[in-house]
Amino acid sequence: MNNEDIILSVEKLNSFYKKTVPGKFRRERIQVLKDVTFDMKKGEILGLVGESGCGKSTLAKTILNMVPDYSGTIICNDKNPQMVFQDPHGSLNPSKTIEFLLSEPMRNLTDIPQSEWRDRAAEMLVRVGLDEDYLGRLPRELSGGQRQRVCIAASLMLKPGLLIADEPVSALDVTIQAQVCELLLKLKEELGLSILFISHDLRVVYQLCDRVIIMKNGEIKESGTTDEVYFNPQNEYTKKLLNAAFGVD
Amino acid sequence: MANTNMGKTITAKAQNKKAFGLKLKIFKDKKTNFYVGLGITAFFLLITIVGYFWTPYNPNAMDVDAKYSAMSFTHLFGCDNFGRDIFSRVVSGLGTTFFVGLGTVLIGGLVGIIIGAICGYFGGLVDEIGMRIMDALYAFPSLLLALVFVSLLGSGKYQVIIALGIAFIPSFSRIVRAEYMRCRDLDYVKSARLFGASHFRVIFVHILPNITPVLVSSAIIGFNNAVLAEAGLSFLGIGVQPPDASLGEMLSSAQSFLFSTPWYALCPGIVMIIMILGVSLMAEGVE
Repeated sequence: MNNEDIILSVEKLNSFYKKTVPGKFRRERIQVLKDVTFDMKKGEILGLVGESGCGKSTLAKTILNMVPDYSGTIICNDKNPQMVFQDPHGSLNPSKTIEFLLSEPMRNLTDIPQSEWRDRAAEMLVRVGLDEDYLGRLPRELSGGQRQRVCIAASLMLKPGLLIADEPVSALDVTIQAQVCELLLKLKEELGLSILFISHDLRVVYQLCDRVIIMKNGEIKESGTTDEVYFNPQNEYTKKLLNAAFGVD
Repeated sequence: MANTNMGKTITAKAQNKKAFGLKLKIFKDKKTNFYVGLGITAFFLLITIVGYFWTPYNPNAMDVDAKYSAMSFTHLFGCDNFGRDIFSRVVSGLGTTFFVGLGTVLIGGLVGIIIGAICGYFGGLVDEIGMRIMDALYAFPSLLLALVFVSLLGSGKYQVIIALGIAFIPSFSRIVRAEYMRCRDLDYVKSARLFGASHFRVIFVHILPNITPVLVSSAIIGFNNAVLAEAGLSFLGIGVQPPDASLGEMLSSAQSFLFSTPWYALCPGIVMIIMILGVSLMAEGVE
């Protein structure tokens, strides 16, 4: 594979967190990720599937440099990888207007003059299927789906090459899920995004992703194109997962 | 027969309880609390502001003929042992009391917010060091701590403000720290960091507005405590110095005349109680 085509390359990534154990003074170091290695191509949607607590979110946080204790190499060919969080209610600051939230990346990371912030924010809102009127609103005045659209808009303000979506649709109901997935697909085409799509929902992943990684207990169990993994699973755990999701024997 | 009787008694009791509950509910209603409290506080604030420009008599002017005179229309709250008009002194004393309360909350609140925010947000060693210092401060009762500072700084209005302000830092910083510990792991903080906001910006621009309800109510309660602590210090004779009037100073001077001129102690005391009541009601009503 050509180096130019790869947006994210993770090699032998081990990640730890410290846990307080009752009765012990020193906190115990617990390993979350074990030798995680994968590459991600430009412009693809890579699904990351696994049960709760298997280290999916930790992987995302480690890639975004939010976990201090890790070893291994992460090569990211993108200046500002961004993330969309699971809970659209918690990831928007409740005391700030949508305009403020969308302007924040421009204020902190670019030299774009303040006079342009509003126009750019409005343009991005239209792009995610909302309109300019939402600029003056507070997050609590929006529905869950609308908030998630705003989150996506905010994360795309600086036109990142890599977007990590940490269960972006699991807190939404099914019709809104479909809309948000369509939005992600559309944005991927328009902006040439690469999306690391984290989910525990195999159906959503099947519809959205080009390639899939199956994780369990911090290890990658299986990876390959979606069709390969779904129709010809090699690993026992993958088979079990698919069986549970689709009920195929 | 007995059964029905008992049933009736129980129903009557229940109804009684209900009526009582309903009556209490008017007072327990947060909004009513807030508006009643706001009304009382605004009333006293208005009097203070008017008193700043005009009082019926000069609060420090002595009138030998009016010594110990009782409450009347010429002297609304009567006169003290020097023949000074108590009403005028209460009004100007209210000003001092408000000033000390606000100053204390301002100093204690500002320093407390900064320390609490840094400790709560960063956690770890910073938190440990900051909080142990606060613990050391907190170990002394705030009045005692203020006493120490007053003995170091001397007595007077401004010294009292500084002393009480320092004594109030730990309680503010603890409240703020707890709020920051709750907020620092929320997704919007993480996303603000991803959008390039500095720690400073996250602390004061992103998180601070979200904890204002807690800040406001603790500031109001702090104001109350400051007013009472100032009265305590003045009562002990180390707070506001005569001839400056403050409610606590007046109570302190009045104690020798408690039986001969009871209005000297009662008037400032009642005014203080009603003011504290108003502020407390307001604090309870803040969401």
